[in-house]
Amino acid sequence: MTIKHLEEYRDPGVSRRIIERIRKGSQQQIRLMEVCGTHTMSIFRHGIRAVLPETISLVSGPGCPVCVTAQNEIDAFIQVAGQPDVIVATFGDLLRVPGSGSSLQNERAAGKDVRMVYSTFDALALARENPDKQVVFLGVGFETTAPTIAASIISAADQNIDNYCVYCAHKLVPPALKALLDNADVRIDGFILPGHVSVIIGVDAYRELFDQYRIPCVVAGFEPGDILFAVALLVEQFESGIPSLQNAYQRAVTDEGNPRAKDMMNTVFKPVDTNWRGLGSIPLSGLKIRDAFASFDAENRFSIDVGESVEPKGCECGAILTGQKSPPQCRLYKSRCTPVHPVGPCMVSTEGTCAAYYKYSESD
Amino acid sequence: MKTDKVILDHGSGGKLSHELITEVMLPVFQNPALSILHDGAIIDTEGKQLAFSTDTYVVDPIFFPGGDIGDLAINGTVNDIAMCGARPVALSVGMIIEEGFFIDDLKRIVNSMGKAARAAQVNVVTGDTKVVPRGAADKIFINSSGFGWVFPNARINSNQAKVGDRIILSGTMADHGITILSRRQGMSFDSAVQSDTAPLNHMVEQIFNRCGGVHVLRDPTRGGVATALNEIAQMSDVGIDIWQSSLPVRKEVAGICELLGFDPIYVANEGKLLAFVDPENADDILETIKSDPYGKAACFIGEVTDAHRRKVVMETAIGGRRIVDMLTGEQLPRIC
Repeated sequence: MTIKHLEEYRDPGVSRRIIERIRKGSQQQIRLMEVCGTHTMSIFRHGIRAVLPETISLVSGPGCPVCVTAQNEIDAFIQVAGQPDVIVATFGDLLRVPGSGSSLQNERAAGKDVRMVYSTFDALALARENPDKQVVFLGVGFETTAPTIAASIISAADQNIDNYCVYCAHKLVPPALKALLDNADVRIDGFILPGHVSVIIGVDAYRELFDQYRIPCVVAGFEPGDILFAVALLVEQFESGIPSLQNAYQRAVTDEGNPRAKDMMNTVFKPVDTNWRGLGSIPLSGLKIRDAFASFDAENRFSIDVGESVEPKGCECGAILTGQKSPPQCRLYKSRCTPVHPVGPCMVSTEGTCAAYYKYSESD
Repeated sequence: MKTDKVILDHGSGGKLSHELITEVMLPVFQNPALSILHDGAIIDTEGKQLAFSTDTYVVDPIFFPGGDIGDLAINGTVNDIAMCGARPVALSVGMIIEEGFFIDDLKRIVNSMGKAARAAQVNVVTGDTKVVPRGAADKIFINSSGFGWVFPNARINSNQAKVGDRIILSGTMADHGITILSRRQGMSFDSAVQSDTAPLNHMVEQIFNRCGGVHVLRDPTRGGVATALNEIAQMSDVGIDIWQSSLPVRKEVAGICELLGFDPIYVANEGKLLAFVDPENADDILETIKSDPYGKAACFIGEVTDAHRRKVVMETAIGGRRIVDMLTGEQLPRIC
């Protein structure tokens, strides 16, 4: 059984049959982590938790790019925005994330030039249109966005657009999964692996992890039918005691991924150890711009020193990003921390777990 | 983190706009007509009820498929008056124009205002024009205000939704917002969608001529259907159930929403209304709305319940449930 056609994966009838299959198959308690923030949102938007049997808990993981961005990186972005003759270009989600003292949104209201863009090439166009300004793109995200940012750097180099640069805070998914499994406080029985990331890196990128930990893994798409189907496969692997690495998103994801995108990423970036909110420092889990493109690295153009970054007091984003706590277990949730006045990034981002709970969950 | 400056979110029509109004405006202007926070105010005059409304238009781009800032400004205020259960009578128009704006563009806008006013059968009876130096405004901003007489059998307000009411939406969601978005600088994909900007006063008049039992009317503009439903649930202290599979969205619009991560239920409309109606009259009212040229795709989308008061809950297509909250965050500035 694969889900191929738009009508099928949207069809409530198909979903109902998969729900039936899950209900029949699920005997033991199982904790499944959806790694990707888009999955979290889709699960809430379609009310998927409500249709699953009580044996299944879905736990949200560290898959919201803005949420896992470390506090010192957020502070650095804000400091870049304060440099003279700089236009900061960013995807919208970052604007409202509170840093230690301010946010990009507040800086913009205070007169700093911070622009929301939908693509790195819009940022490149800004650089072309404003030759007397430095345009700094804030590179946040996983393997999904990294190739387009690499492409923008290659284009800037080809076209000699030397007033463009990137502040690179990219992160990689497989090392984070490994860090989660190595953490004794984290209990996960299976992964719903991200769809978009896997389009780029392919199923093979998880092979080493799977071989080492032998934990049920299924790559999933984002429609309700896709997610339910992945849950059904994970439950069946778990119940049978035979874990495997499966691809339930074959209409978009291949074993090898997208070679061109991977090439571009490798040309421009190299893996480095990096800090994650909630997970701490993880070996080779981040991307840095290679020396060949060093002039497009914002960290080389500006001297940024954020000093000691302060994570918001009482904020449980770290425990929430690792699935150890759910948002209602945070003291600030719905009291001091709301989407209008967010304290932590998980409440800000459209893919954040706290925002999803706040927006869609009936429980208080 | 609270801010000491106005940020774009304050104009989103969502929670922060609400906060600005309740914390900054209401304490100063406090009066019974204002405190209801309806689309327009209803004022008792001698023996007659007057509906009065104002709105300001800053849409960017000023020309877009399906309309421009001119007809948007006329239709918007006509609709706000109509949503009070009133027949619009006369409008005022105020313009702030940036130095250097083309006279031809101004003519085009004014002509389209004239056309919209004729279609709605209202007169623009007074106006004002200001020109500001280049850079002090972006091209043109328009304010329109207007008044109308409330239909004798109308008792419309956001606090009048009753348990058992059925909820009608007069057509597809998100057409206006998605049109503006796809024309916005930086978003350069072509699509066949166009704004739904339209006058709804004739539709409303037909409803009151033919049927009773209308409790709430609302045009779901900024913040979309979701925000309007939440405001009504709160003002009326009731719960609202809606059904995902009944919510009408054009296929192209749904596609763009998905691509960009927008939920059509939060995206602005400029020619649609929500009606909360007594179940006894519901079928008649739906038929009346469907007989109007702007209401052909009208349908029932949900009902009012005494469960989960002040909350909107959606039954999803796969049989799950979830909350539909008000809009938070800057989904799209300068949409109208």
